[in-house]
Amino acid sequence: MEERITLDYGSGGLRTAELIDRLLVPAFRSEPLAALGDGAVLENRSAPLVFSTDSFVVTPWRFPGGDIGKLAVCGTVNDVCMAGGEPRYLSLSLVIEEGFLLRDLEEIVRSIAREAERAGVSVVTGDTKVVERGKGDGIYLNTSGIGFLRAPGLSRAAIRPGDAVLLSGSAGCHGAAVLMARGELPCEGELLSDCRPLHELSAAVLAAGGVRILRDPTRGGVATTLNEFVEGSGLCIELEEDAVPIDAPVAAACDLLGLDPLYSACEGRLLAIVDPAHAEAALEALRRTEGGEGAAVIGRVTQSRPGCVVLRTALGGARILGKLTGAQLPRIC
Amino acid sequence: MRFDTEFRRPQNAERALAALRELVRETGPIRLMEICGTHTMAIAKAGLRALLPEGLELISGPGCPVCVTPAGAIDWILRLSERPDVILASYGDLLRVPGSVRGDSLLRRRSLGAQVRTVYSPVEALALAAEHPDREVVFLGVGFETTAPGTAACLLEARERGLRNFSVLSLLKRTEPALRALVEAPDFAVDGFLCPGHVAAVTGAQAFAFLPREYRLPAVVAGFEPGDLLCAICRLADMVRRGEPALENEYTRVVTQEGNPAALAAIGCVFTPAAAVWRGLGEIPESGLAPGDAFSPWDAAKKFSFPAGSSAVETPGCRCGAVIRGVARPAECPLFGSVCTPADPVGPCMVSGEGACAAAYRYRNL
Amino acid sequence: MCLAVPLKITSIDGKRAVGEAGGLSQTLRVDFLPGLQPGDYVMVHAGFAIQKLTEEQAAENLAAIREALDAL
Repeated sequence: MEERITLDYGSGGLRTAELIDRLLVPAFRSEPLAALGDGAVLENRSAPLVFSTDSFVVTPWRFPGGDIGKLAVCGTVNDVCMAGGEPRYLSLSLVIEEGFLLRDLEEIVRSIAREAERAGVSVVTGDTKVVERGKGDGIYLNTSGIGFLRAPGLSRAAIRPGDAVLLSGSAGCHGAAVLMARGELPCEGELLSDCRPLHELSAAVLAAGGVRILRDPTRGGVATTLNEFVEGSGLCIELEEDAVPIDAPVAAACDLLGLDPLYSACEGRLLAIVDPAHAEAALEALRRTEGGEGAAVIGRVTQSRPGCVVLRTALGGARILGKLTGAQLPRIC
Repeated sequence: MRFDTEFRRPQNAERALAALRELVRETGPIRLMEICGTHTMAIAKAGLRALLPEGLELISGPGCPVCVTPAGAIDWILRLSERPDVILASYGDLLRVPGSVRGDSLLRRRSLGAQVRTVYSPVEALALAAEHPDREVVFLGVGFETTAPGTAACLLEARERGLRNFSVLSLLKRTEPALRALVEAPDFAVDGFLCPGHVAAVTGAQAFAFLPREYRLPAVVAGFEPGDLLCAICRLADMVRRGEPALENEYTRVVTQEGNPAALAAIGCVFTPAAAVWRGLGEIPESGLAPGDAFSPWDAAKKFSFPAGSSAVETPGCRCGAVIRGVARPAECPLFGSVCTPADPVGPCMVSGEGACAAAYRYRNL
Repeated sequence: MCLAVPLKITSIDGKRAVGEAGGLSQTLRVDFLPGLQPGDYVMVHAGFAIQKLTEEQAAENLAAIREALDAL
């Protein structure tokens, strides 16, 4: 009989200790975690710290190109990176629904460990809770991340007219891949999530210089994130429709369901607003780095329509890309 | 040869747009109506409105199946969703549409525990019924002639397989009676129609021949890529200038004169034309498609006593109806932008991202 | 009114078929287009093929659009 998570695993008793000792501590090989204190004692480089947190509730927990564990590492690592930090430490909280397969939990933990190692972060503290059957959706994760600040001053306020807008790869892959995994996309094929840690890409683009602000276009996609850069300001972002890289399967999936890839989430792409004098170097730096081969300059900052993101279409027309209002729903008309 | 991308960027678009400017200077204002929600979306996506000369106005007519579904019908569906034995299967389009009570929609009902499944095809609804023999699966059949054949095929299959827990609430609409009602209204003021290419793929282009023949209105059956749209608009404007209304088929790679006979036969076999209520246009004889008597056991309207008369309820103050007919601009509605916004829509024209009101809201300060 | 996409048929089994676009494959119904073969292109709406497409017609269509825009 396959081992399943029961309420005992979250009791704080023997089963909990078993989970921690046999699965979690060996997986993460981190000294502060192995000490099993109530908190982790961390090295201090006396640099300002970057601190971020995120919760992960994706259904299904496994999707083409990743799983909830990989996502939980990338999501928080990427937030720290986008804030100009070099990510170092992660916390990990697991909220598991009673009945979840132990084998699946092991797979998720392995995925977290693998991705944390890749991103150069240690899981130093954590917690496990088990909720009654029917009161969770299999598994929820929360991670918080701490990093050392390496690029101070990244902010909306630094954006200037004439700046270039860079995207590190094709838009919308993660959102489309999750739709497919959920069975909401009535098709199958080579549609992989772009989920990946952005520590190398952000380091590369920052080293090229002239970066005003970084952001990873997760929920709401590229269009919504760009709106956050300019809303309420005197600036406008003008995108070139032809310049935005979109993979063929993502375009096909979006055509089929009447969705817009510019509003579909990415989990391994970054948007950078860059001083035009550094734009070429920044683009080259991204393209030389793994995961940034498909980087492109997708538009620029102007003052033509303050507070708006405008897409210049292939036909020569223009449309305003507003923020996403509510989740995109598949449509037939 | 690609059937879509090749049509995205017509070679001589700029020259054609310049010629269009000249043409409108000559004729004065031209008002064209698109009567297909997908045209509305495609026009917005191509940024076409910003390119067209001043004086050439595109009006979004009653072509979004969701926009024309009356508030009363949504109210009834919301009540049906309260039954614990019912699973509703719906296209995503319908989920955010409010009934006559502001903020109440299938999406909200789902959050309260109603069983509402989003489907891409009626075939998925049929599969749901087979999977859940202990539940009543009701497919919310919105759409026009394009969507009707697939809906018919599923009713035929349900009867063949004896799937008694499956039924369809037919909110299907027929294009021609609605167009006639629109054109015959006293306040009608449109110079030509951009006709729906995918409806015509089923009905045949000839289904729109009555527009020039009986009403002297130019009509062009059009595809959905920027090249298709620009070409169709140019053809319509040219017919307006020449004063020679005709039916043209721009979308020849998909649309034939006679349409798809097998699809039309499936519609004819399952449905009979029936009176239907359209939001904004009211009740129009023969403008709906109701399952024939042989399909009564699979007709949700009969199974759950859908009260035909009550579906004419409209939301107080909402002028979506007038907007759909092209006789009011969104900003002329008292609710527009204050009570009714994309985040909290009152009427269907605000629900769809490119509905006339949602588009007008987004561009309101420009 | 109705969103539809072009797909290339890769296999057919009675009323059911599999079509492909952009590397994605999708099951669809071909009830209304008798005599389809793998390799044929169809326009698909809500899971049903509603019309068959041919490369010749598409090329003619493209040429006609060019001509119409030039003629204005």
